[in-house]
Amino acid sequence: MENLDEIYNELIMEHSMNSYNKHKLENADKCEHGHNPSCGDEIEIEIKMNNNIIEDIAFTGSGCAISQSSTSIMADVLRGKTVEEAKIIIKTFIDMIKRETTDEKELEKLEEAIAFKNVANMPARVKCALLAWKTLDKMI
Amino acid sequence: MNVDKIKKDFPIFEKIDIAYLDSGATSQRPQCVIDAIDNFYKTKNANPHRGAYELSIEATDVYENTRKKIAKFINAEKSEQIIFTKNASEALNLIAYSYGLENLGEDDSVIISIMEHHSNLVPWQFVTKKTGSKLEYMYINDEYELSEEEIKAKITDNTKIVGITHVSNVLGTINNVKEIIKYAHKKGAIVVVDASQSIPHMKVDVQDLDADFLVFSGHKMLGPLGIGVLYGKKRLLNDMNPFLMGGDMIEYVYEDKTTFAPLPNKFEAGTQNVEGVVGLGAAIDYIESIGYDTIAKIEEEVVGYAKQELAKLDFVETYYTPNEDNHCGVISFNIKGVHPHDLATILDSQGIAVRAGDHCAQPLIRFLKLPATCRASFYIYNNKEDVDRLVEALKKAYSMFEKFIKK
Repeated sequence: MENLDEIYNELIMEHSMNSYNKHKLENADKCEHGHNPSCGDEIEIEIKMNNNIIEDIAFTGSGCAISQSSTSIMADVLRGKTVEEAKIIIKTFIDMIKRETTDEKELEKLEEAIAFKNVANMPARVKCALLAWKTLDKMI
Repeated sequence: MNVDKIKKDFPIFEKIDIAYLDSGATSQRPQCVIDAIDNFYKTKNANPHRGAYELSIEATDVYENTRKKIAKFINAEKSEQIIFTKNASEALNLIAYSYGLENLGEDDSVIISIMEHHSNLVPWQFVTKKTGSKLEYMYINDEYELSEEEIKAKITDNTKIVGITHVSNVLGTINNVKEIIKYAHKKGAIVVVDASQSIPHMKVDVQDLDADFLVFSGHKMLGPLGIGVLYGKKRLLNDMNPFLMGGDMIEYVYEDKTTFAPLPNKFEAGTQNVEGVVGLGAAIDYIESIGYDTIAKIEEEVVGYAKQELAKLDFVETYYTPNEDNHCGVISFNIKGVHPHDLATILDSQGIAVRAGDHCAQPLIRFLKLPATCRASFYIYNNKEDVDRLVEALKKAYSMFEKFIKK
Protein backbone atom coordinates (compact mmCIF):
# COMPACT_ATOMS: atom_id res chain seq x y z
CA MET A 1 0.00 0.00 0.00
CA GLU A 2 1.45 3.35 -1.01
CA ASN A 3 0.20 6.65 0.34
CA LEU A 4 0.26 5.44 3.91
CA ASP A 5 2.05 8.59 5.00
CA GLU A 6 -0.53 10.63 3.14
CA ILE A 7 -3.28 9.07 5.20
CA TYR A 8 -1.57 9.21 8.55
CA ASN A 9 -0.45 12.78 7.95
CA GLU A 10 -0.02 15.66 10.35
CA LEU A 11 -3.53 17.03 9.86
CA ILE A 12 -5.33 13.74 10.37
CA MET A 13 -3.18 12.70 13.31
CA GLU A 14 -3.58 16.03 15.05
CA HIS A 15 -7.35 15.91 14.64
CA SER A 16 -7.55 12.31 15.79
CA MET A 17 -5.38 12.61 18.86
CA ASN A 18 -5.94 16.16 20.09
CA SER A 19 -9.12 17.51 18.57
CA TYR A 20 -10.54 20.79 19.79
CA ASN A 21 -13.90 19.66 18.41
CA LYS A 22 -14.07 16.79 20.84
CA HIS A 23 -16.30 17.94 23.66
CA LYS A 24 -19.94 18.19 24.69
CA LEU A 25 -21.93 21.04 23.20
CA GLU A 26 -23.89 23.29 25.50
CA ASN A 27 -27.48 23.83 24.36
CA ALA A 28 -27.19 21.35 21.50
CA ASP A 29 -30.31 21.10 19.34
CA LYS A 30 -29.67 17.59 18.11
CA CYS A 31 -27.57 14.67 19.14
CA GLU A 32 -26.99 11.46 17.20
CA HIS A 33 -25.03 8.32 17.98
CA GLY A 34 -23.10 6.58 15.23
CA HIS A 35 -21.15 3.32 15.43
CA ASN A 36 -19.46 0.65 13.38
CA PRO A 37 -20.27 -2.52 15.31
CA SER A 38 -17.72 -4.61 13.42
CA CYS A 39 -14.80 -2.48 14.56
CA GLY A 40 -16.10 -0.65 17.61
CA ASP A 41 -15.81 2.94 16.37
CA GLU A 42 -18.27 5.06 18.29
CA ILE A 43 -19.14 8.73 18.06
CA GLU A 44 -21.81 11.04 19.34
CA ILE A 45 -22.33 14.14 17.24
CA GLU A 46 -24.04 17.21 18.63
CA ILE A 47 -25.14 20.19 16.56
CA LYS A 48 -26.48 23.61 17.31
CA MET A 49 -28.69 25.14 14.64
CA ASN A 50 -29.45 28.75 13.89
CA ASN A 51 -32.44 28.60 11.60
CA ASN A 52 -31.03 26.93 8.51
CA ILE A 53 -27.40 27.26 9.49
CA ILE A 54 -25.34 24.69 11.36
CA GLU A 55 -23.94 27.05 13.91
CA ASP A 56 -21.78 24.59 15.80
CA ILE A 57 -20.73 20.95 15.72
CA ALA A 58 -18.91 18.94 18.36
CA PHE A 59 -18.42 15.26 19.09
CA THR A 60 -17.37 12.73 21.68
CA GLY A 61 -16.47 9.09 21.25
CA SER A 62 -13.66 6.69 20.62
CA GLY A 63 -12.26 4.78 17.73
CA CYS A 64 -9.47 4.70 15.20
CA ALA A 65 -7.57 7.75 13.95
CA ILE A 66 -9.50 7.78 10.71
CA SER A 67 -12.96 7.72 12.28
CA GLN A 68 -12.09 10.31 14.91
CA SER A 69 -10.22 12.71 12.64
CA SER A 70 -12.87 12.42 9.96
CA THR A 71 -15.46 13.50 12.52
CA SER A 72 -13.35 16.39 13.73
CA ILE A 73 -12.47 17.67 10.26
CA MET A 74 -16.11 17.35 9.22
CA ALA A 75 -17.03 19.60 12.13
CA ASP A 76 -14.58 22.23 10.88
CA VAL A 77 -15.77 22.02 7.30
CA LEU A 78 -19.51 22.09 7.95
CA ARG A 79 -19.59 24.61 10.77
CA GLY A 80 -21.41 27.73 9.53
CA LYS A 81 -22.79 26.06 6.43
CA THR A 82 -26.48 25.95 5.55
CA VAL A 83 -28.22 22.58 5.56
CA GLU A 84 -28.33 22.61 1.75
CA GLU A 85 -24.61 23.37 1.48
CA ALA A 86 -23.80 20.70 4.06
CA LYS A 87 -25.87 18.09 2.22
CA ILE A 88 -23.93 18.74 -0.99
CA ILE A 89 -20.56 18.55 0.79
CA ILE A 90 -21.55 15.32 2.56
CA LYS A 91 -22.58 13.77 -0.74
CA THR A 92 -19.32 14.86 -2.35
CA PHE A 93 -17.33 13.36 0.53
CA ILE A 94 -19.17 10.04 0.30
CA ASP A 95 -18.72 10.01 -3.48
CA MET A 96 -15.00 10.68 -3.07
CA ILE A 97 -14.52 7.83 -0.60
CA LYS A 98 -16.58 5.49 -2.77
CA ARG A 99 -14.61 6.65 -5.80
CA GLU A 100 -17.72 7.83 -7.53
CA THR A 101 -16.18 11.21 -8.19
CA THR A 102 -12.58 12.19 -8.80
CA ASP A 103 -13.34 15.58 -10.31
CA GLU A 104 -10.83 17.98 -8.74
CA LYS A 105 -13.11 20.99 -9.07
CA GLU A 106 -15.91 19.09 -7.37
CA LEU A 107 -13.62 17.96 -4.55
CA GLU A 108 -12.52 21.51 -3.75
CA LYS A 109 -15.81 21.90 -1.88
CA LEU A 110 -14.48 19.51 0.72
CA GLU A 111 -11.79 21.90 1.94
CA GLU A 112 -9.59 20.07 4.48
CA ALA A 113 -11.66 16.91 4.24
CA ILE A 114 -9.96 16.20 0.94
CA ALA A 115 -7.19 14.76 3.14
CA PHE A 116 -9.20 11.52 3.23
CA LYS A 117 -9.01 11.02 -0.52
CA ASN A 118 -6.68 8.05 -0.25
CA VAL A 119 -9.07 6.17 2.01
CA ALA A 120 -10.78 5.32 -1.28
CA ASN A 121 -7.84 2.95 -1.86
CA MET A 122 -8.27 1.28 1.52
CA PRO A 123 -11.46 -0.77 1.41
CA ALA A 124 -11.03 -1.93 5.02
CA ARG A 125 -11.14 1.68 6.24
CA VAL A 126 -13.95 3.17 4.14
CA LYS A 127 -16.49 2.66 6.92
CA CYS A 128 -14.27 4.48 9.42
CA ALA A 129 -14.04 7.57 7.22
CA LEU A 130 -17.76 7.64 6.42
CA LEU A 131 -19.18 7.12 9.92
CA ALA A 132 -19.42 10.77 10.95
CA TRP A 133 -20.67 12.01 7.60
CA LYS A 134 -23.44 9.44 7.39
CA THR A 135 -24.42 10.13 10.99
CA LEU A 136 -24.63 13.88 10.42
CA ASP A 137 -26.52 13.36 7.17
CA LYS A 138 -29.30 11.76 9.20
CA MET A 139 -29.44 14.72 11.59
CA ILE A 140 -30.00 17.54 9.12
CA MET B 1 11.01 -31.15 10.58
CA ASN B 2 11.89 -27.61 9.63
CA VAL B 3 9.44 -24.80 9.11
CA ASP B 4 10.83 -23.77 5.73
CA LYS B 5 10.10 -27.24 4.42
CA ILE B 6 6.56 -27.10 5.82
CA LYS B 7 6.04 -23.64 4.36
CA LYS B 8 6.74 -25.08 0.91
CA ASP B 9 3.66 -27.29 1.30
CA PHE B 10 1.50 -24.15 1.26
CA PRO B 11 1.23 -22.79 -2.27
CA ILE B 12 -0.10 -19.39 -1.18
CA PHE B 13 3.32 -18.48 0.22
CA GLU B 14 4.90 -19.00 -3.18
CA LYS B 15 2.57 -16.49 -4.73
CA ILE B 16 2.20 -13.91 -1.99
CA ASP B 17 4.91 -12.36 0.13
CA ILE B 18 3.15 -12.08 3.45
CA ALA B 19 3.83 -12.62 7.13
CA TYR B 20 0.55 -14.41 7.72
CA LEU B 21 -0.23 -14.02 11.41
CA ASP B 22 -3.97 -14.60 11.31
CA SER B 23 -4.31 -18.37 11.49
CA GLY B 24 -6.59 -17.94 14.49
CA ALA B 25 -9.13 -16.54 12.01
CA THR B 26 -8.42 -19.09 9.32
CA SER B 27 -5.36 -21.15 8.49
CA GLN B 28 -3.81 -21.51 5.06
CA ARG B 29 -4.21 -24.83 3.18
CA PRO B 30 -1.46 -27.20 2.16
CA GLN B 31 -1.34 -28.46 -1.42
CA CYS B 32 -2.52 -31.94 -0.33
CA VAL B 33 -5.85 -30.51 0.90
CA ILE B 34 -6.37 -28.60 -2.34
CA ASP B 35 -5.45 -31.73 -4.31
CA ALA B 36 -7.83 -33.93 -2.35
CA ILE B 37 -10.75 -31.64 -3.17
CA ASP B 38 -9.66 -31.42 -6.80
CA ASN B 39 -9.36 -35.17 -7.00
CA PHE B 40 -12.77 -35.71 -5.44
CA TYR B 41 -14.47 -33.64 -8.12
CA LYS B 42 -12.45 -35.28 -10.87
CA THR B 43 -12.91 -38.89 -9.84
CA LYS B 44 -15.54 -39.42 -7.14
CA ASN B 45 -18.16 -36.69 -7.36
CA ALA B 46 -21.74 -37.85 -6.77
CA ASN B 47 -24.32 -37.32 -4.05
CA PRO B 48 -23.54 -39.68 -1.17
CA HIS B 49 -26.26 -41.85 0.38
CA ARG B 50 -28.47 -41.36 -2.69
CA GLY B 51 -27.63 -43.27 -5.82
CA ALA B 52 -27.60 -47.02 -6.28
CA TYR B 53 -24.65 -46.77 -8.59
CA GLU B 54 -20.92 -47.19 -8.23
CA LEU B 55 -19.97 -43.51 -8.23
CA SER B 56 -22.45 -42.56 -5.53
CA ILE B 57 -21.25 -45.46 -3.44
CA GLU B 58 -17.68 -44.23 -3.83
CA ALA B 59 -18.73 -40.73 -2.78
CA THR B 60 -20.52 -42.26 0.21
CA ASP B 61 -17.37 -44.18 1.09
CA VAL B 62 -15.10 -41.12 1.10
CA TYR B 63 -17.66 -39.24 3.16
CA GLU B 64 -18.17 -42.00 5.73
CA ASN B 65 -14.50 -43.00 5.86
CA THR B 66 -13.61 -39.43 6.76
CA ARG B 67 -16.17 -39.59 9.56
CA LYS B 68 -14.35 -42.67 10.86
CA LYS B 69 -11.01 -40.89 10.49
CA ILE B 70 -12.26 -37.94 12.55
CA ALA B 71 -13.68 -40.27 15.20
CA LYS B 72 -10.27 -41.88 15.52
CA PHE B 73 -8.53 -38.50 15.43
CA ILE B 74 -10.39 -37.23 18.51
CA ASN B 75 -10.78 -40.70 20.03
CA ALA B 76 -14.58 -40.91 19.84
CA GLU B 77 -15.95 -44.36 20.56
CA LYS B 78 -18.17 -44.56 17.48
CA SER B 79 -18.09 -42.74 14.18
CA GLU B 80 -21.83 -41.93 14.40
CA GLN B 81 -20.93 -39.53 17.21
CA ILE B 82 -19.32 -37.30 14.59
CA ILE B 83 -21.83 -34.93 12.98
CA PHE B 84 -20.78 -32.71 10.08
CA THR B 85 -21.90 -29.09 10.24
CA LYS B 86 -20.94 -26.04 8.26
CA ASN B 87 -18.71 -24.70 11.04
CA ALA B 88 -18.27 -24.63 14.82
CA SER B 89 -20.96 -21.96 15.13
CA GLU B 90 -23.57 -24.20 13.53
CA ALA B 91 -22.51 -27.07 15.77
CA LEU B 92 -22.95 -24.85 18.86
CA ASN B 93 -26.35 -23.68 17.63
CA LEU B 94 -27.36 -27.28 17.11
CA ILE B 95 -26.52 -28.04 20.74
CA ALA B 96 -28.23 -24.88 22.01
CA TYR B 97 -31.44 -25.55 20.08
CA SER B 98 -31.68 -29.32 20.23
CA TYR B 99 -30.31 -29.84 23.73
CA GLY B 100 -30.53 -26.46 25.49
CA LEU B 101 -34.09 -25.49 24.60
CA GLU B 102 -35.38 -28.93 25.60
CA ASN B 103 -33.47 -29.40 28.83
CA LEU B 104 -33.41 -26.02 30.56
CA GLY B 105 -36.00 -24.83 33.05
CA GLU B 106 -36.53 -21.75 35.16
CA ASP B 107 -34.36 -22.83 38.07
CA ASP B 108 -31.47 -23.86 35.87
CA SER B 109 -28.36 -22.00 34.89
CA VAL B 110 -25.96 -22.08 31.98
CA ILE B 111 -22.38 -21.16 32.88
CA ILE B 112 -19.90 -19.96 30.30
CA SER B 113 -16.55 -18.21 30.56
CA ILE B 114 -16.09 -14.50 29.80
CA MET B 115 -13.57 -15.47 27.12
CA GLU B 116 -16.08 -17.28 24.91
CA HIS B 117 -16.28 -16.45 21.24
CA HIS B 118 -19.72 -15.02 20.36
CA SER B 119 -20.55 -18.40 18.84
CA ASN B 120 -20.48 -20.06 22.27
CA LEU B 121 -22.21 -17.11 23.93
CA VAL B 122 -25.02 -15.68 21.81
CA PRO B 123 -26.83 -19.04 21.36
CA TRP B 124 -26.80 -19.46 25.16
CA GLN B 125 -28.21 -15.97 25.64
CA PHE B 126 -31.00 -16.96 23.30
CA VAL B 127 -31.89 -20.27 24.93
CA THR B 128 -31.63 -19.01 28.50
CA LYS B 129 -33.97 -16.11 27.67
CA LYS B 130 -36.34 -18.45 25.89
CA THR B 131 -36.42 -20.98 28.74
CA GLY B 132 -36.31 -18.50 31.62
CA SER B 133 -33.05 -19.99 32.88
CA LYS B 134 -30.02 -17.94 33.92
CA LEU B 135 -26.81 -17.25 32.01
CA GLU B 136 -23.79 -16.62 34.20
CA TYR B 137 -20.11 -16.03 33.54
CA MET B 138 -16.88 -17.33 34.94
CA TYR B 139 -14.44 -14.40 34.95
CA ILE B 140 -10.70 -14.49 34.48
CA ASN B 141 -8.06 -13.37 36.97
CA ASP B 142 -5.09 -11.00 36.52
CA GLU B 143 -3.22 -13.75 34.71
CA TYR B 144 -6.02 -14.08 32.14
CA GLU B 145 -6.94 -17.49 33.53
CA LEU B 146 -9.96 -19.04 35.20
CA SER B 147 -9.12 -19.83 38.80
CA GLU B 148 -10.31 -23.00 40.45
CA GLU B 149 -12.21 -20.87 42.99
CA GLU B 150 -14.06 -19.04 40.23
CA ILE B 151 -15.01 -22.31 38.54
CA LYS B 152 -16.28 -23.77 41.80
CA ALA B 153 -18.12 -20.60 42.75
CA LYS B 154 -20.05 -20.44 39.49
CA ILE B 155 -20.81 -24.08 38.69
CA THR B 156 -23.48 -25.08 41.20
CA ASP B 157 -26.15 -27.72 41.65
CA ASN B 158 -28.44 -25.57 39.48
CA THR B 159 -26.03 -25.59 36.57
CA LYS B 160 -27.27 -27.73 33.71
CA ILE B 161 -24.88 -26.69 30.94
CA VAL B 162 -21.31 -25.39 31.00
CA GLY B 163 -19.90 -23.85 27.82
CA ILE B 164 -16.14 -23.47 27.71
CA THR B 165 -13.56 -22.75 25.08
CA HIS B 166 -10.53 -25.03 25.18
CA VAL B 167 -8.24 -22.18 24.10
CA SER B 168 -9.19 -18.49 24.08
CA ASN B 169 -9.05 -16.94 20.61
CA VAL B 170 -8.05 -13.58 22.11
CA LEU B 171 -5.75 -14.47 25.00
CA GLY B 172 -4.46 -17.89 24.01
CA THR B 173 -5.26 -19.12 27.51
CA ILE B 174 -5.55 -22.90 27.61
CA ASN B 175 -8.41 -23.74 29.93
CA ASN B 176 -8.19 -26.80 32.10
CA VAL B 177 -11.28 -28.29 30.51
CA LYS B 178 -10.63 -31.74 31.93
CA GLU B 179 -10.92 -30.42 35.49
CA ILE B 180 -13.88 -28.18 34.61
CA ILE B 181 -15.69 -31.18 33.11
CA LYS B 182 -14.91 -33.33 36.13
CA TYR B 183 -16.32 -30.71 38.48
CA ALA B 184 -19.35 -29.96 36.28
CA HIS B 185 -20.20 -33.66 36.13
CA LYS B 186 -20.01 -33.82 39.90
CA LYS B 187 -22.64 -31.06 39.94
CA GLY B 188 -24.77 -32.85 37.37
CA ALA B 189 -24.10 -30.49 34.45
CA ILE B 190 -23.07 -31.37 30.93
CA VAL B 191 -20.16 -29.58 29.26
CA VAL B 192 -19.88 -28.14 25.76
CA VAL B 193 -16.25 -27.66 24.68
CA ASP B 194 -15.30 -25.31 21.85
CA ALA B 195 -12.09 -26.82 20.50
CA SER B 196 -11.82 -24.52 17.46
CA GLN B 197 -8.64 -22.86 18.72
CA SER B 198 -7.07 -25.91 20.33
CA ILE B 199 -7.38 -28.71 17.81
CA PRO B 200 -5.08 -27.06 15.24
CA HIS B 201 -2.34 -27.11 17.87
CA MET B 202 -2.83 -29.99 20.28
CA LYS B 203 -4.21 -33.49 20.62
CA VAL B 204 -7.85 -33.45 21.62
CA ASP B 205 -9.15 -36.67 23.16
CA VAL B 206 -12.89 -36.54 23.85
CA GLN B 207 -12.88 -39.62 26.04
CA ASP B 208 -9.94 -38.47 28.11
CA LEU B 209 -11.63 -35.09 28.60
CA ASP B 210 -14.98 -36.82 29.11
CA ALA B 211 -16.57 -33.99 27.08
CA ASP B 212 -20.32 -34.25 26.53
CA PHE B 213 -20.19 -32.15 23.38
CA LEU B 214 -17.15 -30.85 21.54
CA VAL B 215 -17.05 -28.75 18.39
CA PHE B 216 -14.46 -27.44 15.97
CA SER B 217 -14.10 -25.93 12.52
CA GLY B 218 -12.14 -27.42 9.65
CA HIS B 219 -10.77 -24.18 8.27
CA LYS B 220 -8.67 -23.31 11.32
CA MET B 221 -6.87 -26.65 11.09
CA LEU B 222 -5.72 -26.52 7.44
CA GLY B 223 -9.01 -27.84 6.06
CA PRO B 224 -11.44 -26.05 3.77
CA LEU B 225 -13.92 -23.34 4.70
CA GLY B 226 -17.48 -24.38 5.35
CA ILE B 227 -16.99 -27.61 7.25
CA GLY B 228 -17.32 -28.11 10.99
CA VAL B 229 -17.64 -31.01 13.38
CA LEU B 230 -19.88 -31.75 16.31
CA TYR B 231 -18.99 -34.60 18.63
CA GLY B 232 -21.52 -35.69 21.21
CA LYS B 233 -22.04 -38.50 23.66
CA LYS B 234 -24.26 -41.06 22.06
CA ARG B 235 -26.89 -41.07 24.77
CA LEU B 236 -27.30 -37.29 24.50
CA LEU B 237 -27.38 -37.21 20.72
CA ASN B 238 -29.89 -40.05 20.59
CA ASP B 239 -32.27 -38.24 22.94
CA MET B 240 -32.11 -34.96 21.06
CA ASN B 241 -34.50 -33.70 18.41
CA PRO B 242 -33.05 -32.98 14.98
CA PHE B 243 -31.91 -29.40 14.38
CA LEU B 244 -32.51 -29.07 10.65
CA MET B 245 -35.18 -31.10 8.89
CA GLY B 246 -35.24 -32.30 5.33
CA GLY B 247 -33.76 -34.86 3.01
CA ASP B 248 -31.58 -37.72 4.24
CA MET B 249 -32.32 -37.18 7.95
CA ILE B 250 -35.53 -39.21 7.89
CA GLU B 251 -36.59 -42.82 8.04
CA TYR B 252 -40.25 -42.74 7.03
CA VAL B 253 -42.23 -39.66 6.07
CA TYR B 254 -46.04 -39.77 6.12
CA GLU B 255 -48.40 -36.93 5.37
CA ASP B 256 -48.75 -36.13 9.05
CA LYS B 257 -45.65 -37.53 10.72
CA THR B 258 -42.02 -38.51 10.26
CA THR B 259 -39.63 -40.88 11.91
CA PHE B 260 -36.02 -39.81 11.94
CA ALA B 261 -32.91 -41.57 10.74
CA PRO B 262 -30.49 -42.92 13.35
CA LEU B 263 -27.23 -41.13 14.14
CA PRO B 264 -25.45 -39.45 12.51
CA ASN B 265 -27.88 -38.82 9.63
CA LYS B 266 -30.54 -37.49 11.99
CA PHE B 267 -28.47 -34.31 12.24
CA GLU B 268 -27.36 -34.02 8.63
CA ALA B 269 -30.29 -32.74 6.61
CA GLY B 270 -29.88 -32.15 2.90
CA THR B 271 -26.95 -32.67 0.60
CA GLN B 272 -23.77 -32.30 2.57
CA ASN B 273 -20.51 -30.47 1.96
CA VAL B 274 -18.64 -33.53 0.75
CA GLU B 275 -15.71 -31.59 -0.67
CA GLY B 276 -15.35 -29.97 2.76
CA VAL B 277 -15.33 -33.36 4.43
CA VAL B 278 -12.81 -34.70 1.93
CA GLY B 279 -10.56 -31.67 2.44
CA LEU B 280 -10.83 -31.97 6.21
CA GLY B 281 -9.81 -35.62 5.95
CA ALA B 282 -6.72 -34.61 3.99
CA ALA B 283 -5.93 -31.91 6.56
CA ILE B 284 -6.05 -34.48 9.34
CA ASP B 285 -3.72 -36.76 7.38
CA TYR B 286 -1.36 -33.83 6.98
CA ILE B 287 -1.46 -32.90 10.68
CA GLU B 288 -0.84 -36.53 11.61
CA SER B 289 2.05 -36.79 9.16
CA ILE B 290 3.75 -33.92 10.98
CA GLY B 291 2.55 -34.91 14.42
CA TYR B 292 1.30 -32.78 17.29
CA ASP B 293 4.65 -33.06 19.09
CA THR B 294 6.41 -31.42 16.18
CA ILE B 295 3.65 -28.86 15.78
CA ALA B 296 4.01 -27.94 19.45
CA LYS B 297 7.78 -27.67 19.13
CA ILE B 298 7.58 -25.40 16.09
CA GLU B 299 4.98 -23.18 17.72
CA GLU B 300 6.74 -22.98 21.05
CA GLU B 301 9.80 -21.73 19.25
CA VAL B 302 8.09 -19.10 17.14
CA VAL B 303 5.59 -17.95 19.79
CA GLY B 304 8.37 -17.89 22.40
CA TYR B 305 10.50 -15.78 20.09
CA ALA B 306 7.58 -13.43 19.45
CA LYS B 307 7.00 -12.97 23.19
CA GLN B 308 10.68 -12.27 23.73
CA GLU B 309 10.90 -9.72 20.91
CA LEU B 310 7.63 -7.97 21.72
CA ALA B 311 8.74 -7.64 25.34
CA LYS B 312 11.69 -5.56 24.12
CA LEU B 313 9.32 -2.93 22.71
CA ASP B 314 8.35 -0.79 25.67
CA PHE B 315 5.54 0.88 23.69
CA VAL B 316 3.79 -2.44 23.12
CA GLU B 317 1.31 -3.93 25.59
CA THR B 318 0.59 -7.67 25.41
CA TYR B 319 -2.22 -9.68 26.95
CA TYR B 320 -1.40 -13.29 27.76
CA THR B 321 -0.85 -15.45 30.81
CA PRO B 322 2.65 -15.53 32.32
CA ASN B 323 2.23 -19.29 32.81
CA GLU B 324 3.77 -20.61 29.62
CA ASP B 325 2.18 -24.05 29.88
CA ASN B 326 -1.27 -22.46 29.82
CA HIS B 327 -0.75 -20.44 26.67
CA CYS B 328 -1.10 -21.38 23.02
CA GLY B 329 -1.03 -19.90 19.58
CA VAL B 330 -2.15 -16.26 19.82
CA ILE B 331 -0.72 -13.00 21.15
CA SER B 332 -3.00 -10.00 21.52
CA PHE B 333 -1.26 -6.66 21.71
CA ASN B 334 -1.65 -2.90 21.39
CA ILE B 335 0.57 0.11 21.02
CA LYS B 336 -0.46 2.34 23.89
CA GLY B 337 -2.40 5.28 22.51
CA VAL B 338 -2.77 3.89 18.99
CA HIS B 339 -6.04 2.40 17.91
CA PRO B 340 -5.68 -1.27 16.83
CA HIS B 341 -7.31 -0.62 13.45
CA ASP B 342 -4.79 2.06 12.57
CA LEU B 343 -2.04 -0.26 13.69
CA ALA B 344 -3.39 -3.14 11.58
CA THR B 345 -3.54 -0.83 8.54
CA ILE B 346 0.11 0.09 8.98
CA LEU B 347 1.10 -3.55 9.55
CA ASP B 348 -0.85 -4.49 6.43
CA SER B 349 1.11 -1.92 4.43
CA GLN B 350 4.26 -3.77 5.51
CA GLY B 351 2.91 -7.14 4.36
CA ILE B 352 1.84 -8.37 7.78
CA ALA B 353 -1.60 -9.85 8.26
CA VAL B 354 -2.96 -9.57 11.78
CA ARG B 355 -6.50 -9.27 12.99
CA ALA B 356 -7.69 -6.13 14.75
CA GLY B 357 -10.93 -5.61 16.59
CA ASP B 358 -12.97 -7.42 19.20
CA HIS B 359 -12.25 -10.89 17.77
CA CYS B 360 -15.91 -11.92 18.13
CA ALA B 361 -15.49 -11.62 21.89
CA GLN B 362 -16.99 -8.25 22.81
CA PRO B 363 -17.82 -9.14 26.43
CA LEU B 364 -14.19 -10.16 27.00
CA ILE B 365 -12.78 -6.99 25.41
CA ARG B 366 -15.18 -4.94 27.55
CA PHE B 367 -14.15 -6.91 30.64
CA LEU B 368 -10.49 -6.19 29.87
CA LYS B 369 -11.40 -2.48 29.49
CA LEU B 370 -9.74 -2.31 26.08
CA PRO B 371 -11.14 -0.63 22.95
CA ALA B 372 -9.98 -3.60 20.88
CA THR B 373 -6.72 -5.43 20.28
CA CYS B 374 -4.45 -6.48 17.46
CA ARG B 375 -3.86 -10.20 17.42
CA ALA B 376 -1.00 -12.16 15.95
CA SER B 377 -1.85 -15.84 15.71
CA PHE B 378 0.67 -18.46 14.73
CA TYR B 379 0.76 -21.83 13.05
CA ILE B 380 3.24 -24.37 11.73
CA TYR B 381 4.28 -22.30 8.71
CA ASN B 382 5.31 -19.25 10.75
CA ASN B 383 8.98 -18.62 11.36
CA LYS B 384 11.18 -16.12 13.16
CA GLU B 385 11.36 -14.02 10.02
CA ASP B 386 7.60 -13.40 10.33
CA VAL B 387 8.17 -12.19 13.88
CA ASP B 388 11.05 -9.96 12.81
CA ARG B 389 8.86 -8.41 10.15
CA LEU B 390 6.14 -7.79 12.73
CA VAL B 391 8.58 -6.15 15.13
CA GLU B 392 10.05 -3.90 12.43
CA ALA B 393 6.57 -2.84 11.33
CA LEU B 394 5.56 -2.10 14.92
CA LYS B 395 8.59 0.15 15.26
CA LYS B 396 7.62 1.96 12.08
CA ALA B 397 4.03 2.36 13.27
CA TYR B 398 5.21 3.75 16.58
CA SER B 399 7.51 6.21 14.86
CA MET B 400 4.57 7.50 12.82
CA PHE B 401 2.32 7.93 15.84
CA GLU B 402 4.80 8.77 18.57
CA LYS B 403 4.63 12.55 18.50
CA PHE B 404 0.83 12.55 18.50
CA ILE B 405 0.26 10.10 21.31
CA LYS B 406 -1.04 11.79 24.43
CA LYS B 407 1.43 11.20 27.21
